[in-house]
Amino acid sequence: MTDTARAVTTIGPPAGTAGPGTLGILQARQFSFWYGEKQALFDIDLDIHARSITAFIGPSGCGKSTFLRSINRLNETILNTRHAGEILLDGTNIYESGTDVVALRQRAGMVFQRWNCFPKSIYDNIAFGPRINGESNRAVLDGIVENALRRAVLWDEVKDRLRQSATGLSGGQQQRLCIARALANDPELLLLDEPCSALDPIATQRIEELLVELKRELTVVIVTHNLQQAARVSDRTAFFFVGQLVEYAPTGQLFTSPQHERTEAYVTGRFG
Amino acid sequence: MVGMADSEPSSKCEVTKRHDPPMTSLPNGGPSKRQRETASRTRKTLRRRRATNAFMVGVLALSAVLATIPLILILYHLLKSGLSSVNVDFFTNTPKPPGETGGGMYNAIVGTLMLVAMASVIGMPVGIGAGLYLAERKGTKLANTVRFLADVLNGLPSIVMGIFAWEFLVKPIGHFSALAGAAALAAMMVPMVTRTTEEMVSLVPTSLREAALALGYSRARTAMTVVLRTATAGIVTGALVAVARIAGETAPLLFTALGNQFTSYALNKPIAALPLQIFNYAVSPYDDWHAQAWAGALVLIALVLIISLAARAATRGRIDLGAD
Repeated sequence: MTDTARAVTTIGPPAGTAGPGTLGILQARQFSFWYGEKQALFDIDLDIHARSITAFIGPSGCGKSTFLRSINRLNETILNTRHAGEILLDGTNIYESGTDVVALRQRAGMVFQRWNCFPKSIYDNIAFGPRINGESNRAVLDGIVENALRRAVLWDEVKDRLRQSATGLSGGQQQRLCIARALANDPELLLLDEPCSALDPIATQRIEELLVELKRELTVVIVTHNLQQAARVSDRTAFFFVGQLVEYAPTGQLFTSPQHERTEAYVTGRFG
Repeated sequence: MVGMADSEPSSKCEVTKRHDPPMTSLPNGGPSKRQRETASRTRKTLRRRRATNAFMVGVLALSAVLATIPLILILYHLLKSGLSSVNVDFFTNTPKPPGETGGGMYNAIVGTLMLVAMASVIGMPVGIGAGLYLAERKGTKLANTVRFLADVLNGLPSIVMGIFAWEFLVKPIGHFSALAGAAALAAMMVPMVTRTTEEMVSLVPTSLREAALALGYSRARTAMTVVLRTATAGIVTGALVAVARIAGETAPLLFTALGNQFTSYALNKPIAALPLQIFNYAVSPYDDWHAQAWAGALVLIALVLIISLAARAATRGRIDLGAD
C-alpha cells in the first residue's frame, strides 16, 4: 500500500497518456468520513489504477460502500455527514469548492446493490442521463441507447422491446440495464456496490464477464462480499476493516500471500 | 403405497419397519414431563382464549358498523327530504324570493365550483411544493418547523381561517369577494396537501433517487422529475381528498365570500356557495327553502362522493415502486 502511494510522487496523469479528464485515475489522500459523530473511514490512502478492476472487500459495515459513495459524492445527500482529506480524480480534488457535483457524477457512473431501474421504458431508462445533458436529437439518442445496451451485452435480449417497461425484465437483466444506463453517460469510472449480491450464479457470471470487457475502456471499482468474485475479476484488491484500509495489493498477491494477519484471517474464511 | 400394499403385502411390512418407526420407540421415550404439563395448560386455557377472541372480534365488528351508521342515516334522511326538490330547475334556476315556490341553486353550484377551482389553483402548487420540500429535506430545521406549523394549521378551526381571511383580505379591500373566499379555502387546503404529499413522496424508495443523482441529476431536478412522477398517483389522491374537504366548508366562507342570491361570475364580488346557501335556507322560516336546503345538501354530498370516488380510482397503483 505504502509502496504504491510513494510511487505516485506527482499528482496528475502520468506523462504520455491520452490527456487529462479521460483517464479515471483515482487517488484518495488521508480521506476520512463521518456519519454524525460516528467515524466511518479513517485516513484512507489509496491509488486506483486506470483501466483496471479494483475490488473492495471486507466485513459489512467496514466502510467499503461509504468509500465508494464518497467517490461520486453521493454520501453528501445524507444529512449530518462530513469528510476530511481528498479524493483526486485524474489529479483534481473532487471535494474542492466549486466542483460541479453533477458533472462529477456523470464522470463516475454508479451501479447499486439492488437494481433500481426507473418505472419507465427500457429506452427511457438509458436515455435518462443523456437527456439531462440536453441531448434531444432522436437519432443521436437512438445511437447512444443502442451503444450502451451493446456495451452492457443486453442489446440482443431487449432490442425488440425497447418501449416496454424496464421493470418487466429479470433481475440480472435489470442490473445490466442499470450498468447500460450508467454507460450511456460515457463515464470514465464505474462504481459498483455489490452488484451481484441479489443475482443467481448465471447472471453473476454475465456481469463479471461484462466488467472484464469494460475495463478496457474505463476504470472499474467494485464492492463485493463474494471473495471468489473479487479473486475472479479484479486486478487489485483492497481489504477494509472497521473503517481502515488494512491492505491493498494485486489480487493474486492479496489472496495468496497477505501481509497482514487480519487480511489472511478474512480471505481464508476465519472471520467475517 | 396402497397399490403396493395390495399386490405385495410382505414388502409393505418391510417398508413400514424401515421408515415409520412407531412412536413408542422414540429414543427419549415420548414427550417430557414439562411438555405434558404445557399441553395440559394449553388445553385448559384454550376454551377461554377462543371465547375472548370471538368476543373481541364481535366488538370490533360492532364498532365498524357503528362508524358507518351516521353516514347511512344522513344519506337516508337526505334522500327522503331532499330528493323531491332535486330537479332540472334546481340546477338551472336561481333562488326565488321568499313566498314564491320553485327556483334553484344554480348560483350556489356555480359559486362552489368556482371557489373550489380557485382554491385548488392557489393551494395545490403550494401544498405539493411544500410537501416535496418536507420529504426531500427531511430532518432540516426548516422542514421540521414547517411540518409542525402545517400540523397546527391542519387542526385550526375553519372559522378561525375565515376570520383571518376577513382581517387580511376583506377588511383592507373593503368588501366581501369570491377571491377572499377562495384564499380562505386555499389556506385550509395547503396543510392537508402538504402532509399527504410528504407522505407519498417519502414512500418513493431512496434507491430511485440515488439512481437519478448518480446519473448527474441535481437534487431539485431529481425531486421534480423522478420523485414527483413516481408519487403522482398518491399526491393526486391526497389533493382530491383535500378538494372534497374544502368543498363542504361553510365557516371560512361566512366572512369572505358571504353568499349571493344572484348568479355572479365576478371574482371581486360576493359569491354564492352551496354550504352557505344550505345554511341560510336551513335557518330561514320557509318550508320551501327548507326543502331546497335538503336538496342542496344532497347535491353537495353527491359532489363530495364523486370526488372521493375519483380519488379512489387514482389510488389504484398508488405508487410504482420500480423494481418488482
